[in-house]
Amino acid sequence: MKFKYLPHTSEAKFVAYGSNIVGVFRNSALAMFNILGDTTKVKPKKKINIKVTAKNYESLLYDFLDELLFLHDTKRIFVHDVKDIKIKDFELTGTVECDSLKNYDLKSEIKAITYNGMTIKKTPKGYEATVVVDI
Amino acid sequence: MTNEIKKISKNEWEIPKHGTMNVPAVIFASEKLMEKIQKDRTIEQIKNVASMPGIVKRAIAMSDCHEGYGFPVGGVAAFDIENGCISPGGIGFDINCGVRLLTTNLEKKDVEPKIKQLMNELFNNIPCGVGGESNLRLTDQELDEVLNTGLDWALKNDYALKEDLERCEENGHMKTADASKVSQRAKSRGRKQLGTLGAGNHFVEVQIVDDIYDKDIAKIFGITKKDQIVVMIHSGSRGLGHQVCSDYLRAIEEEFGDIVSKLPEKDLAYAPTGSKLAKDYVGAMSSSANFGWCNRQLITYYVRKSFNTIFGDTKLNLLYDVAHNIAKIEEYKIDNKLKKLYVHRKGATRAFGPGHKEIPKVYRDVGQPIILPGSMGTASYVLVGTDKAMNETFSSTPHGAGRLMSRHEANRLFTGEQITKDLAKEKIYIKAASVRGISEEAPNAYKDVDEVVKVADEVGIGKKIARLRPLGVIKG
Repeated sequence: MKFKYLPHTSEAKFVAYGSNIVGVFRNSALAMFNILGDTTKVKPKKKINIKVTAKNYESLLYDFLDELLFLHDTKRIFVHDVKDIKIKDFELTGTVECDSLKNYDLKSEIKAITYNGMTIKKTPKGYEATVVVDI
Repeated sequence: MTNEIKKISKNEWEIPKHGTMNVPAVIFASEKLMEKIQKDRTIEQIKNVASMPGIVKRAIAMSDCHEGYGFPVGGVAAFDIENGCISPGGIGFDINCGVRLLTTNLEKKDVEPKIKQLMNELFNNIPCGVGGESNLRLTDQELDEVLNTGLDWALKNDYALKEDLERCEENGHMKTADASKVSQRAKSRGRKQLGTLGAGNHFVEVQIVDDIYDKDIAKIFGITKKDQIVVMIHSGSRGLGHQVCSDYLRAIEEEFGDIVSKLPEKDLAYAPTGSKLAKDYVGAMSSSANFGWCNRQLITYYVRKSFNTIFGDTKLNLLYDVAHNIAKIEEYKIDNKLKKLYVHRKGATRAFGPGHKEIPKVYRDVGQPIILPGSMGTASYVLVGTDKAMNETFSSTPHGAGRLMSRHEANRLFTGEQITKDLAKEKIYIKAASVRGISEEAPNAYKDVDEVVKVADEVGIGKKIARLRPLGVIKG
């Protein structure tokens, strides 16, 4: 399983899994965009390179998701996947595969990433991250 | 019910100061609402707020409160302006999310036969949903003017009438705004979204006056009879405000890491008053608030245009516009001394009683109008501010129905098609940017708005003036 949604009265909460830290970042991105629509149906027509830096994994995850939301809002794209993620010294680089927003029926809008209950934990199977986004 | 919560009266509950709390916490709710409130983390969150530095008198949760991030939604907290703090999470990501109500000279009999035509016209004129893009193309300088001057910009560009400014909280222009404190990222997100409704729980509703509880005050507000048509607009500062909150949450984390690391939740992050970051955030938050007012003003402009197209020359007067996610400097008597406080309202409406100088002259003798929206397709209310609110809740009252059920759960239980059919049976016509998005906003996913308002009215922190119900809904 890549991710699952958890109950939260007003916002959207998910836990994402990964066999390593890169995997958990990628699946967090997928979990976030699947709140709006099915990312597997998005055609990877465009590619955008991203780079974010922070001081620890939690802040890096916040900034990574915030950057994707920023691209979604300003470049008006819907994400298919984030490929080639590399994380070194809390610097993340990767390639966002996406398509123009107008080709898809998205049911809602994400306002922001929150720190509410955000955790990144090491588990026997790898890593898991819990995130709440404001919608 | 846990032992720490004491019932004070029919609709008032207190958590006495204990442990890390600096002040007690008070929840205004009926027995029925209290049962639901205790099912999520609201109580824990309001106790966390009561533990923040410089908090004055009490942390307050309203009858519509529910779990938020850091602060609960439906919460009010006031902090000492000298030895307190300012917290972006105590205001919310959607800075100046709010509502306004327009009255018309039309009646149900005029509008009902043309409701589909009207809603289609509104839907075509108001950009909404995730893909909705602004009709404006602003230069950097123009965007800064929006941020710095709010509705003054709208008036100058003929999107507003002079009366609109008089009947808006802060006259739609917070003087503490400083556009230079808003990041380029936030400006990029906002630029294409000015004058768009957004998605989620944001809506434009064509409503009828269903009941009037105080004829004299209703008349002063421009609500003259049952079946009069009014229009409600619920939206905020869009991506610009969301990004401002994110930016400052992160900036506070970087600068005050030692404070943040000790907090029970990072979203409680605050900047101590007097710090540069606190000042910068106030400049950026006030700019976002001005953007929010211009956003609702542009939607008003499109609403007026649509009504004129369908019904010919129609007068739509702004009754009032209230912000329900904002922080303001206000004065209150604390221990018999007048003190300036940063009042944080996150999902709460300002409710000044009669005579307050910030109430427009036309309403000053009776009190500030409060616009309280229900969930999509249910009743909404007009209330009036009271002296009791001044003493009990830092002049605040609830802001809406308040969510009850997660969106995930709502999606599991309801479908957009079924809800559209159910609303049609009640003669409510809905137009949505996404049919799939309707299920998340199912009326049953929210608390009973009648019950929320009943509590405010009984406690005396907002007096019922009129009940409104929808004929048509544009859901973002």
